[in-house]
Amino acid sequence: MNPIKKIFELLEYDFSDAGKFAKLGPLFDATKTFFFLPSPKNKMGPFIRDHLDLKRYMSFVIISLLPVLFFGMYNTGYQSGLARGETLEFWASFLSGAWVVMPIIIVSYGVGFFWEILFAAIRRHPISEGFLVTGLLFPLTLPPTIPLWQVALGISFGVVIGKEIFGGTGRNILNPALTARAFVFFSYPVTMSGNVWVAGADAVDGITGATALAVNAEGGTSLFSTLSDQGFSLSNLFFGFVPGSIGETSALCCLIGAVFLMVTRIGNYRIILGGIAGLIITAILFYFLPGTKGTWADAGPLYHLCAGGFLFGISFMATDPVSAPGTNPGRWIFGFLIGFLTVILRVANPAFAEGVMLAILFMNVFAPLLDHLVMKHRISKRIPNV
Amino acid sequence: MAQSLAKEFTKGLWAEIPPFRLVLGLCPTLAVTKSVENGIGMGLATTFVLVFSNLLISLLRNVIPPKVRIACYIVIIATFVTIVELVMQAYTYPLFLTLGIFIPLIVVNCIVLGRAEAFASKNTPVLAVADGLGIGIGFTLSLASLGAVREIIGAGTITIWGGNPVFAVGDWYHPFSFMVEAPGAFVALGLMLAGMNLIGKK
Repeated sequence: MNPIKKIFELLEYDFSDAGKFAKLGPLFDATKTFFFLPSPKNKMGPFIRDHLDLKRYMSFVIISLLPVLFFGMYNTGYQSGLARGETLEFWASFLSGAWVVMPIIIVSYGVGFFWEILFAAIRRHPISEGFLVTGLLFPLTLPPTIPLWQVALGISFGVVIGKEIFGGTGRNILNPALTARAFVFFSYPVTMSGNVWVAGADAVDGITGATALAVNAEGGTSLFSTLSDQGFSLSNLFFGFVPGSIGETSALCCLIGAVFLMVTRIGNYRIILGGIAGLIITAILFYFLPGTKGTWADAGPLYHLCAGGFLFGISFMATDPVSAPGTNPGRWIFGFLIGFLTVILRVANPAFAEGVMLAILFMNVFAPLLDHLVMKHRISKRIPNV
Repeated sequence: MAQSLAKEFTKGLWAEIPPFRLVLGLCPTLAVTKSVENGIGMGLATTFVLVFSNLLISLLRNVIPPKVRIACYIVIIATFVTIVELVMQAYTYPLFLTLGIFIPLIVVNCIVLGRAEAFASKNTPVLAVADGLGIGIGFTLSLASLGAVREIIGAGTITIWGGNPVFAVGDWYHPFSFMVEAPGAFVALGLMLAGMNLIGKK
């Protein structure tokens, strides 16, 4: 570590307020704290129990995303192999998938950090680590076939309009990664809709097939048999061997990430469990609704849980501490309503096959209101001063 | 006289340009600015109503009893809005269909009522007409520029009164339809407001 430390000490003056590169000071700080712990330490109490800072917080989310990311790479290669009509080996799938997925992630990080550094330099504040997660979450919500310029455009919108305009990390109303995805979704529905799966490698452009949520059984046959005819059996949906956005196909990997987040207390378990409860209850209610045979209303809770991006959204997007409520009852309600709205959107609105994104964005807007109501309720319970 | 006339006219073009400076009349501003054509149509209709309601209210300012003045203003404004509506229905029917409910809604446009209450009821007819014309043209310009931003980014072209596009960005450009939908209106208006504030601050 010593040589690296020497380099930083050598450069420190140039990047300080008096130095040549004062404008790039935030970039220097960010790089330095990446290698070393921040030096100022408390000499006197009060001390905190655990020095959980934003950087470690974000690193843990990144770790929880690794299973999803690696499976996403593998599955991208595997699915594009299937679309070409060949079954690839594990490593062949993984590598060909990584060849498609990595550019998307690199573009997302590169363009996003450009905006972060620009705003940090103009506003003279340190570069925030919040973007580490946003920059990885956003590509995972995209289909692997998305053109790279759309990735750049989306992450620019998410960072600038979704976050920096409100004052940067910690002040945003909406989840920046989801804002970026919503922007791309509404701007270029053709490349984002559930109906497009062009094989990842450029060998066969033009093979398309529906994702699970876009399937509707016709002529009174059951939804389940139609689904499994097209390769969307429940086990495939659970393990994730289906076409879809990079990160969301595997319910199992999302669950691993969710458990990791809950155990380390990075993600609040109330939001995740509340969301799953909301989804299951609403799906059961729709299941008993008569006259819906063959549509997603008839699918039942298990299919709703495993298909689409619900588990991904509720584990990684909804638990964003900035845009979620800060009170515990508020978190339960927040999660529950996300699950509820997801099923409602999937079933009732044919324009949006997948409702998680809109459900979370919608509830992000309501998060301050939930907090406000919880506080009001608590204050009303107080014994008045007499 | 001429000087104050010019002052009342030009204030509507920059210092008090309705949607950007006063942040008034946002309902039509957000709803109908999908294209330049809609913006100009809406702006001209509002300008007509503004000028003539200002004139009439200013002429009647000593006759209208103060207690029922708002009701009187609304009757006068509604008269001119009805004229505009019928004229547009007769001569610019496609535009009338596109603007739809927002033409009758000029009656409750806070710019029109605001000018009547704040200016026309206290000033001479000539000044009131200058004020109405200035504010109206400012409103038209704002709607047209917002419409231009949204149409260029959202569709890649500008089309006015049918036919071929007057302006096209080119084939390399993939327009993002986000901008011509509702959220795009808010984002575009917010960014233009920010730009106006940036220029106005210096």
